[in-house]
Amino acid sequence: MARKIGDVIVDLQNISLRFGGVKALTDISFNVKEHEIRSIIGPNGAGKSSMLNVINGVYHPQEGQIFFKGQLRKKMEPHEAAEQGIARTFQNIALFKGMTVLDNIMTGRNLKMKCNFLQHALYWGAAQKEEIAHRIKVEEVIEFLEIQDIRKTPVGRLPYGLQKRVELARALAAEPHILLLDEPMAGMNVEEKQDMCRFILDVNDHYGTTIVLIEHDMGVVMDISDRVVVLDYGKKIGDGEPDEVKNNPEVIKAYLGTSH
Amino acid sequence: MLYREAGQFKASYAEDARIFPIRQDRIGFWVLMLVFGVAVPLLTNEYWLKAILIPVLIFSLAALGLNILTGYAGQLSLGSAAFMAVGAFAAYNFMLRIDGMPFLVALVLAGLTSAAVGIVFGLPSLRIKGFYLAVATLAAQFFIVWALVKFPWFSNNSSSGVVTAQAVTILGYTFESPEAKYVLTFLIVAFMALLAKNMVRSSTGRAWMAVRDMDVAAQVIGFRLMRTKLLAFAVSSFYCGVAGALYAYTYIGTVEPEGFNLDLSFKILFMIIIGGVGSIMGSFLGAAFIVLLPIFLDNVVPALFGDALGAGFVSNFQLIIFGGLIIFFLIVEPHGLARLWQIAKEKLRLWPFPH
Repeated sequence: MARKIGDVIVDLQNISLRFGGVKALTDISFNVKEHEIRSIIGPNGAGKSSMLNVINGVYHPQEGQIFFKGQLRKKMEPHEAAEQGIARTFQNIALFKGMTVLDNIMTGRNLKMKCNFLQHALYWGAAQKEEIAHRIKVEEVIEFLEIQDIRKTPVGRLPYGLQKRVELARALAAEPHILLLDEPMAGMNVEEKQDMCRFILDVNDHYGTTIVLIEHDMGVVMDISDRVVVLDYGKKIGDGEPDEVKNNPEVIKAYLGTSH
Repeated sequence: MLYREAGQFKASYAEDARIFPIRQDRIGFWVLMLVFGVAVPLLTNEYWLKAILIPVLIFSLAALGLNILTGYAGQLSLGSAAFMAVGAFAAYNFMLRIDGMPFLVALVLAGLTSAAVGIVFGLPSLRIKGFYLAVATLAAQFFIVWALVKFPWFSNNSSSGVVTAQAVTILGYTFESPEAKYVLTFLIVAFMALLAKNMVRSSTGRAWMAVRDMDVAAQVIGFRLMRTKLLAFAVSSFYCGVAGALYAYTYIGTVEPEGFNLDLSFKILFMIIIGGVGSIMGSFLGAAFIVLLPIFLDNVVPALFGDALGAGFVSNFQLIIFGGLIIFFLIVEPHGLARLWQIAKEKLRLWPFPH
């Protein structure tokens, strides 16, 4: 492989997250290295999505420390995580339904836009230039994900598979360092899954983006991941390269199962 | 057949991002501007200008303000009339208390005052959503009208609370005739509509719509909810405030706080629902519909039924028809008149060979 796995970029240490009496995550530690594809797997309710929410600041864990690029991270809000280059997609598509594909992807670039609302109101000079400069970047993403023909379509009218792709486009438009993908292939047919895999690998290869992936399709996970972490009932039960995880008896018992 | 865009190629993103990317639309727009900006004041009479066109323009501006808040940013508000009142009384006091205050400056200051009040009453939106927010804005509606009545300072100690707008003078020219007032209103409204369109088609508008459609995702992408919502409240109240000031200065001339009651707020809300939520043009169509329909019914119903029905019956009957038509429109096209226009344009592009 051309890309080179770098140093640890996100390091989670002893993370515990509770909602009242419910323990969503208990004492979980793992790290993500630069440029790798890191998968999180586990049964439903294992705490996978909560894990992503912790990484990008939607949830604040009660215990544990997060080091981001070697720095201890204080309690942070989602928009601060976005400013530091963490983008994500959601398990249930979280696109802006009333806007076109183009506008949705343009929102991904909002943090790089510097004009204020008064300049926007006049739409003259700097504001227009900025809008067009970012449009060019967005068109690159549109081309990359092969969605040119739907750029002016309101996303509400698109089929599910394409909506997932637009959501990926919106996350990519931010040029993130880390991309958190929450079940990007759920509910897709085989062809759509193949397309999505290709895009994920291309993103990783082409932009060097670090990817944290939650997915239930074990074929996909074992094929494209560099390392896999396995959660069950909020606890970590396995961590390592795909082959290692596949043969871990605890993981087989909790999640993968055996043929009888 | 006339509405074809074949042969019109967009060679740059700037061309693609124009407000009217299709040439026929651009021509139509400028024709419309000329008709309403030049032909109408020259050709119509005082009744049309004073009773129909000026109020349509002013309510369009208020509806535009509410549309920014409700249609684009998704924050339901029932306080638009109160923000109009703030604008009207602020303009009055700036003109009254500062010597030589130019009208246009007073207008902007009135808008800014209204924006500041709007931000204060927008604070609850950070915690509550939807109908509950509507109830919180209802507080603005009642509180502001109450405050304007309670403290006579606002109406310069006028015993009845009624204030009379000062003469409108810009660069030595006094706008007295209905034609002059109409043109002034037209220019201000057109300019502010352009600003609104520019805001909603750039990053500011996308932030509003993102918060409207899915606030968690908007936050994860990097929008700040507080800043975005309060900006929407501020801009929306600014528009309503300017509309209120124009209402006092170019429309009725004398205003009292009770004139800006909840009924008016609801009327503005109906305007955007009928015209089109989340559409600049819809604000204008909705305002025209709500202002014109009663006048239309006033003339049509007696003509149809003659004097056979009593005057009291006729006026109630009009209300019934008015309500019925609103329900009819909402069922037939819940996205408002603006969407009807859009559908018509899409059909026209293919007409008369739809296959």
